[in-house]
Amino acid sequence: MNLNRRKFIQSLGLATGSLFLFPACGGPAPSNWRFLTDDEAKLVIAIAEQIIPADQDPGATDAGVVNFIDKQLTGFYNNFQENYRKGLAALQEYCTQKRGAKFEELEFDKQTEVLKLMEKNSIEGEYWKENPASRFFRMLRDHSMQGFYGSPRHGGNKDYVSYKMIRIDYPHVIGQNRYAPRCETLNAYAQ
Amino acid sequence: MTNKHVNAVVIGAGAGGGPVAKELATNGFSVVLFERGGWARYDDHDDDELISQRTTVLGNAFGPNKDKHWRVFVDQRSGKETIVYPHEGGYSNNAACVGSGTVSYGAMAWRFMPQDFRMKSTYGHVEGSTLEDWPITYEDLEPYYEKAEWEIGVSGQDPQNPFVPERKKHLPMPPFAYNREGKMLFEAAKRRGWHPFPIPMLRNSVPYNGRPACYRMRTCVGFACPVNAKCGTHNTVIPVALASGNCELRINCQVAEIMVNDQGKATGIKYFDETGKAQIQTADLVVVSGSATETARLLINSKSKLFPNGAGNNYDWVGRNLQGHAYTGAVGLFGDEIYDDVGPGATVAISDFNHGNEGIVGGGMLANEFFRLPYLFTNQRPPGSPSWGKAHKDYQRSNYKRVASVKGPYQEVPNFEARITVDQKVKDYWGIPVGKLMGARHPLDRKGCGFLADRCEEWLLEAGAYQVWKEVGGGGLSGGQHQAGTCRMGNDKKTSVTNRLGQLHEIDNVFVADGSLMVTNGGFNPALTIMALGFYVGDQIVKQWNGTNLKS
Repeated sequence: MNLNRRKFIQSLGLATGSLFLFPACGGPAPSNWRFLTDDEAKLVIAIAEQIIPADQDPGATDAGVVNFIDKQLTGFYNNFQENYRKGLAALQEYCTQKRGAKFEELEFDKQTEVLKLMEKNSIEGEYWKENPASRFFRMLRDHSMQGFYGSPRHGGNKDYVSYKMIRIDYPHVIGQNRYAPRCETLNAYAQ
Repeated sequence: MTNKHVNAVVIGAGAGGGPVAKELATNGFSVVLFERGGWARYDDHDDDELISQRTTVLGNAFGPNKDKHWRVFVDQRSGKETIVYPHEGGYSNNAACVGSGTVSYGAMAWRFMPQDFRMKSTYGHVEGSTLEDWPITYEDLEPYYEKAEWEIGVSGQDPQNPFVPERKKHLPMPPFAYNREGKMLFEAAKRRGWHPFPIPMLRNSVPYNGRPACYRMRTCVGFACPVNAKCGTHNTVIPVALASGNCELRINCQVAEIMVNDQGKATGIKYFDETGKAQIQTADLVVVSGSATETARLLINSKSKLFPNGAGNNYDWVGRNLQGHAYTGAVGLFGDEIYDDVGPGATVAISDFNHGNEGIVGGGMLANEFFRLPYLFTNQRPPGSPSWGKAHKDYQRSNYKRVASVKGPYQEVPNFEARITVDQKVKDYWGIPVGKLMGARHPLDRKGCGFLADRCEEWLLEAGAYQVWKEVGGGGLSGGQHQAGTCRMGNDKKTSVTNRLGQLHEIDNVFVADGSLMVTNGGFNPALTIMALGFYVGDQIVKQWNGTNLKS
C-alpha cells in the first residue's frame, strides 16, 4: 500500500523535480515517502522525538512530524533537500563509526548526547567543517517544532495533539456560542 | 489594444492607496487602481499559523510569493549582499493583496501626537541623524484622521488617555472590553501612577458600516478576519471607490515604471498585466502608494532625460531615511493562568512614555501584546532556557496560559544611510531591477529601547509576574510592516522628495500617498496615519487639480 502511495504521488506529478534531483546510484533507495528514503525517515523520526519526546502527552512521532517534514521537502522546503540528504548521511556516518550503531538504535540518552554535540558544533566529521552542525541541528529543531505545533493541514500535529496539550480549542467554529455572549458584553459596555 | 486614458493612476491598493482612490473616484476623477496582489480570502489560509503575517516559515499568506519577488539585503557590518525572499526577515515585507497590510494587521488605530510632527523642534538636532519636523502639523492632518476613523471604522474611547491629541469628533464605536490580562495590567498601571486606557482599534466592537462585530478570536493579528469585523481599505474605501463607477481595480499587475517625458511631466505607467504582458496606461496624474520600499523602488526605476537617477531623485533623497519601529519590551511569567482566550490579546495601553523622557529622544506607546501562537511561543523563553527536549515541552505545556508580554514601538531616529535603493544587476521575475536594502538604525534607538523595556519590566512586576525578562529592540536595519520615510515630505527640494501636499517637488503630476511621506514614524503603529495621509493627499488633488497641475 505504501509503495503504491509513492507511485500515486509520482503519477500526479506532485513531486516531480524533487524526486529526480538526487538519483541514488544503482537504483532508488526504498521509500514509502515523498522525498525521504525509508532509512532517512527512521532517523528523522528519532531526531524529532528527541526534540519533542512523548511523555504524558504525545510526542513528535505520534504527531506525525516526519510526515510534515517529508511533505514540506517536496513543497515549500524543497530548497532544503540537499541539506537533509547530506546532513542526515553525515550524522548517520558519525553514529555508526564513532558510536557503533545507527542513531535511532542508540539509547535515548546517547541520542541526546549526540544532538547536544551537534548543537555546540562539536561533532566530528568532514562534512561538518563546511556545513556547521549547529545550523543543521537548528533546522531540524525548527522544522520539528513546526510539525508539532503548526496546523495539521501541513501534515503534522495529528489530531491536534499539541493544541490539546496546551489546552486551546481548535479548530474555531465560526459563529459558535461564544459569539453572542461577547456581543452582549460589548453592548452593555457601550451603554 | 491600448488602455483608455484616465485622469489618475493609483499604484498600490493598501492603507494609503485605498483612501486616495476613493477620494478621487467619488469626486469625478476616472481612476485605475493597480495592485500587484489579488483579493485575499480568509478561507485560503484560515487560522494557519505557519502561513500568516506572524509566522512566514511556509510562506506569506497575503503575498507576495517567492517565485516572483525578491530583494537584495546588504549586511551593514560585512557589506555582504544576499538575495532575500518575502518570507525571510531581511526582505522587510509588508503584504501584496487588495487592502495590503490592512487585511491582516492587528488594527491598532493610533493618531500621532502633535510632538511627533515636530521632532526636531522638540528634541533639537541629533548627531548622525536626519531628524526633522514635518512640513504639516497635527492640526493639518486632524480632519483626515477623523475621516479615516469614520469611513474605515475605529473603536475606542480617547478621554481615558490624558496624552491623547485634541480631536473634534468622538470615535464612531465604543472601546473593546479588557480581557483578563488586560484588566490585570490596567490595575497594575494605575498603581504605578500611569494612565492606562483601551487601545483604539480598526475593528468593529459593535456592528458598523454593514459589517458585524468582532467575536474576539485569538488568530486575528496576522490573519484575515473570518467574520469581516476587522476594518481595512479592502472592505471600506476600495469598495466605495469601485461602486462610484469611476474606479477600475487591476489586480495581479506589476508596475514597472512611471513614464516621464522630456519636458519632465509624467504621461502614465508601464506595467505587466495578470498574464505577464507588458502594457501601458496613460493618465493625467500618477499617485504612488506602494509602501516605503516599493514606492521608492518604482521612483528610482523611472529614469528619464531630466531624471537620470529616477523620478524626483535629482537630489538623491528617494529611498533615504528608511524607518520602521524598534519593538522593545518585556515578558512575564505568572503563577496563575492569566490567559482567557479573549483575542486578539492586545487590549490595554499607556501613552505615558511617548515623550518627555529624560535623556531620551521620543519614546513609544506601550501595550500588552497580541497572543503568541503555539509555534511562535516555542521561541519565547527566559534567557538560558533549553530550546528543545522534555524541559522545553514541559514549559510549553505549563506556561502557555501563564505568560503576558508588554511592548511598544520606539519612535526611531531617522538616518540618511538607512535606505532602499535599486540593484541594477538583480532583476525580478518581470526583469525589473529589485530593491536593495542597506544601512542600520541610529545607535540612539538602543538607548530609547532600553528605557522603554525597563518600563515594561516594571509594569509586569507590578502586575505580579514572578519572573520577567526584557526583549530590547534596536540595532540592524529597520523597515518591516511599519516601513516609512523613504519619500520624505518637506519644504526644501534639496532635502526632501515631495512638498507638503505629497506632490513630487520636481514632477508636478506625480504624488506619493503612503508611509513613504512620513518624516518621522511616531511611537505608534502607523496604519491610521498612513490612511489619514491617503485622505489628505486625495483631498489636495480633488480641491486643487486643474487638469494639468495644482492651482497655485
